[in-house]
Amino acid sequence: MTERYDVVIVGAGPAGIAAADAALARGARVAWIDAQANGGGQVWRKDSEHGWPRRAQSIIARVLRHSSMTWMPQTEVIAAERDELLLQNTHNARRVAYNALILATGARELLLPFPGWTLPGVTGAGALQALAKQGWPLAGRRVVIAGAGPLLWAAAATAQRHGARVLGIYEQAGAKAVHDFARTLWRWPGKAVQAAVLRTQLADVPYRYGCAVRRAMGDDALQTIEVDGPHGVERIECDQLAVGYGLIPNTELAHMLGCALKLEGAHPYVAVDAMQRSSIANVYAAGELCGIGGRDTAWLEGRIAGLAATGATIDASLQRQHRHARAFATALRTHFALDPRIRNLATPDTLICRCEDVSLQTLNNYTDARSAKLATRCGMGACQGRVCGAALAELGRFARSGHRPPLFPARLATLGDLPTPSEHQGFIA
Amino acid sequence: MNTALIRIEIDGQALDVPNGISVAAAIARAQRPFRRSVSGQVRAPFCGMGICFECRVRIDGIAQQRACMATVREGMQVMTDD
Repeated sequence: MTERYDVVIVGAGPAGIAAADAALARGARVAWIDAQANGGGQVWRKDSEHGWPRRAQSIIARVLRHSSMTWMPQTEVIAAERDELLLQNTHNARRVAYNALILATGARELLLPFPGWTLPGVTGAGALQALAKQGWPLAGRRVVIAGAGPLLWAAAATAQRHGARVLGIYEQAGAKAVHDFARTLWRWPGKAVQAAVLRTQLADVPYRYGCAVRRAMGDDALQTIEVDGPHGVERIECDQLAVGYGLIPNTELAHMLGCALKLEGAHPYVAVDAMQRSSIANVYAAGELCGIGGRDTAWLEGRIAGLAATGATIDASLQRQHRHARAFATALRTHFALDPRIRNLATPDTLICRCEDVSLQTLNNYTDARSAKLATRCGMGACQGRVCGAALAELGRFARSGHRPPLFPARLATLGDLPTPSEHQGFIA
Repeated sequence: MNTALIRIEIDGQALDVPNGISVAAAIARAQRPFRRSVSGQVRAPFCGMGICFECRVRIDGIAQQRACMATVREGMQVMTDD
């Protein structure tokens, strides 16, 4: 039996929370789906030791307590058909139908291959933050943070808060780009305050510009890294290396639904209008999947989507705040643009597809993701190309290919519950 | 915050862990391996958010569970590297 809701929201980060809050206030019956156990998304992920950030906690609690809310944690969307989604959690499959669907599926890290990136102890930068908040043991561990953008600062602060010895932050952008970025921050006072707080927290952590981790070494776990910087190559002994090259939108579900996408560099994002409407009727998108814009942008877009999906008008001041928040994303992109050498760190024998252990040289004779997949199994493993697909697109090898159901590995029992046309007939909303 | 300890088993070994942590964090605390890749390499969590599938293990008899997405529960049985 399919459950029907006025609004179904996929994703419980800032965009999803704001959308849920707005839609509930408008009297809508809302179903709220997230793959994680708790609301908050990545940026407001609940810390097993420290809880949620205070602002997030009160709003999440308010939304979850609402009598018109149905919260579906640890649940993933497997397939979609007409106005229904097929969902799966650890044990069960479930179907929900919607009058309006709000996609707030957020972003993930851009993880790029280099020799040794498969070693235990090497993670993404945001990944280390997520793992630390899950209770990953960091006390006394020697941690190096590297990659691109302000996420590195946040990751370093979280690692330090969990007792790590952060040996250094290695930013790939040059000193001028970072300083120019810092000079634009006055336009977003909240961001400036955040940067100042992080700077103070990390006062004793070296911050280096123009650096790239070119190799990680160890037998069965990370032991040493090599960092290539303006003053040559530095070898650093460490227990944990966290490398993230920024974020890319999670567009798989939007793509499968048929929403029009645009490209930012090598990565797709969902095209929306000023009301956060996608190209598909009754499907809205808000936050990072509409282009990386940060928490404040996600929050405003979620609110707009929640209001629009319930038929409310959007006032001009909300639109104005939104445009201002989006401009921050442009500043970020400009100043932390990837140094071309980052795309050349992988050597011929570096594994690109971590699921199927496919090396870069194995892919040399293919010009598109689909033929490479058929011949080499690259992208055919459990992650379904989420890591290698984005990496190969960024490396300029193949463009991303399409997405077909199941969107995540699914049990046969779940697939047996796919909606069929006959079950739609006679359905009363 | 939540400092209550609960008992789980990882590869048959009992382990007391703080309530609310992820299975991935518990495996790391037990210093156990996560899985081997198709060519036999040792792998461990990489993305921390359910995208990369590098941390998958068997939890309470159900294979291919992402350890970073699951929260520990009293009496949980985790099998790694199988």
